[in-house]
Amino acid sequence: MLENAWVIPALPIVSFVIILAFGKRLPKGGAWVGVAAVALAFGLSVVAVGQWISTPATLEVAVQHGSEGEGQTTEADDPAHGPAEGEHDLIREPVRREVTWFSNGPIDIKVGTHIDGLAVAMLFVVTTIAFAVHVFSTNYMADDPRITHYFAALSLFTAGMLVMVTASTTLLLLFGWEAMGLCSFMLIGHWWEKKENSSAALKAFFTTRTGDIGLLVGISILFFAADQTFDIAALNEAALTGGISKGVLTVGAIALFCGVIGKSAQFPLHTWLPDAMAGPTPVSALIHAATMVVAGVYLVARVYGVFWEGFNIAAGGVNLGAVIGGVTILIAALLAFVQTDIKRVLAYSTVSQLGYMVMALCVGAWTAGVFHLFTHAMFKGLLFLGSGSVSHAVHTFDMREMGGLRKVMPTTYKTFLIGSIALAGLPPLAGFWSKDEILTGASAGGYPIMFWMGVIGAGMTAAYMTRCVWLTFFGEYRGHGHPHESPRAITVPLIALAGLAVVAGFLNAPGVGLFGDWTNNAVTLTAGVEHHAFSPFIAVTSTLVAIAGIGLAALWYARNFGPHGITSRNAAARAGYTFLLNRYYLDHLYTDGIVGSIKGPIARAAYWINQNVIDGIVNGVGIVARRLGNFTYDVLDQGMVDGAINASASAAGAGGGFLRTTQTGRVQQYAAILFAATAIFAVVLIVVTI
Amino acid sequence: MILNQFLLLAAVLFCIGVYGVLARRNGVLVLMSVELILNAVNINLIAFGAFHDTVAGQVFALFVIAVAAAEVGVGLAIVLLIYRNRRSVDLTEINMMKG
Repeated sequence: MLENAWVIPALPIVSFVIILAFGKRLPKGGAWVGVAAVALAFGLSVVAVGQWISTPATLEVAVQHGSEGEGQTTEADDPAHGPAEGEHDLIREPVRREVTWFSNGPIDIKVGTHIDGLAVAMLFVVTTIAFAVHVFSTNYMADDPRITHYFAALSLFTAGMLVMVTASTTLLLLFGWEAMGLCSFMLIGHWWEKKENSSAALKAFFTTRTGDIGLLVGISILFFAADQTFDIAALNEAALTGGISKGVLTVGAIALFCGVIGKSAQFPLHTWLPDAMAGPTPVSALIHAATMVVAGVYLVARVYGVFWEGFNIAAGGVNLGAVIGGVTILIAALLAFVQTDIKRVLAYSTVSQLGYMVMALCVGAWTAGVFHLFTHAMFKGLLFLGSGSVSHAVHTFDMREMGGLRKVMPTTYKTFLIGSIALAGLPPLAGFWSKDEILTGASAGGYPIMFWMGVIGAGMTAAYMTRCVWLTFFGEYRGHGHPHESPRAITVPLIALAGLAVVAGFLNAPGVGLFGDWTNNAVTLTAGVEHHAFSPFIAVTSTLVAIAGIGLAALWYARNFGPHGITSRNAAARAGYTFLLNRYYLDHLYTDGIVGSIKGPIARAAYWINQNVIDGIVNGVGIVARRLGNFTYDVLDQGMVDGAINASASAAGAGGGFLRTTQTGRVQQYAAILFAATAIFAVVLIVVTI
Repeated sequence: MILNQFLLLAAVLFCIGVYGVLARRNGVLVLMSVELILNAVNINLIAFGAFHDTVAGQVFALFVIAVAAAEVGVGLAIVLLIYRNRRSVDLTEINMMKG
């Protein structure tokens, strides 16, 4: 399966084509085609995971700084690499398969699959969530008139994500990346009849495009810097072994990071993600929580060599990626407190958790970042599907119209609670282990500021999730109608994901370390990314902070404890609240400040260019064409062509006029000429023959 | 065999025919003059045929006679029609084909 991993992305592509072509004529708008394809892809991914795990680790890679913690180390006898440390680590050899897409001169542009632990983990995450979301959607979207269109886009999205995570070249990665952007746009705007939905789709598309410009620039820079290759493995190796100069790597890493900021909704381009909740809830779960938004994180993890050297991660202190990640954690978590829409709470939570992942990667905690991606996909997909289940019952996302739902929706309540606890980072659920690893990595990697940002973020996460759970499931029901538990197509994916949210964290728990072992790869080893041992102090600290967050929020909402109503009494508190409600005025800054101030001058400049340059060119071409036409008419057509024709005609006329005089109509004259001519010819004949 | 007498006779007949064609104004006489020319040719053909001891001359003469018969039939029909239309067969008056 690892050799033929291309089959996994191919399946949803096939289903996309089938649904698009025949979906309207199939039962349920072709939904089952999509579900079947994704189910098959999920099965194949599980097979791939099994094969990857059972592959023996045989490839020796030199370790630069040595590693502590998990990872088997062996004695080194090869002095060529790092004679001082002289350590080797055994990893599973990545399975590569490539074909030449096209050749341009001496450069072969290749496409193919590069399957290693990271790719296998991503395959598992993507197909798991996609499978759950597809099943969920068959019920959730059953009555939608455009269900065919919905499932086609969902299939194409899954294909794009799978292409991206298996890609062996940055070019193919970019291809999948952009395909996802397109599907995200289509699915956010699925109910485009409402203006705000289509606006949200446009906003998401344009905002991510802003970052994608950086990605394109970065890929181009690295293509030329790495001796004209798009190959990711070669790129990482060149970056880590000094094949690319440090300055170029820094520029390339910053350019790529722009793409990450856009796609993974990092500050300051995070504003599109909450608005993207305008799309159907399963889409939010799949695209805007579990998969597409982690594409940026995946990119950093995949071309880690470039970021490692470009951001100088090993040095510690601060760097661009870590600062952006840390700031994103805090500002998004703050915003989650003032949202009344349950999906928006989860959206800001997603932004915040993405900040954790980016920060983890950029403080050198590679395994922790990827592992958090893995666990977060499980519990955040679960939470989004849970919010979809809630809205299925109460027909709104507004938490002010919910409350008390734990009695009528026990399954949804229990699974949502599991997801919330996992997200809040209480042991022993998934979020605890991955978040703890990130904090350990930040602390031991020499990033104290990021460590404290992470700790504060953990407390805030726990608090806003408590608020969310309380408003939704506790208290008295404040809405209208009679909520009911959702059908099995909705609850079964919830239960499955809840199970994963419970157990996923143990994969990389201290003493187990399986995830770290499976994703161990040449890039992190060559770079010398350190694995830090489990720290009881940090684990206890983060747990206590989380419990404190939960406790404060519970006191505030359940016991009515604390300065309620302070926002209406205290001017400073009110100003802060308004500031948060307006999302730091970033949207105003973008639409009014930046776009508004730019579009006027741009429009005027475009008008000026239109009037003076383009019209000038057009007019010039017109004048030249007219002159040329006149010349052609006067000289060539009238003078030469017509002249020749008239001359031949008048010559023929004159000849005819002359010959006409011989036609007297007198037969005897004709006869005379005949005889005379005969006589002359006879004389000539005689003269010639004699 | 004396060829010259035949040739002289034919030449005289031919010249008389040419004169008739060019000078006479009566269409019927012009047709008759054409017959003279053709018969002058016939005499030549037969004379040369006899001179060279071959029947080819006589065969050609027979063809010429047949063609002349056809020609004079058509010619007389045309003259008859002209006469019916114009009450005259004067060739000098028939110049409708003037260009």
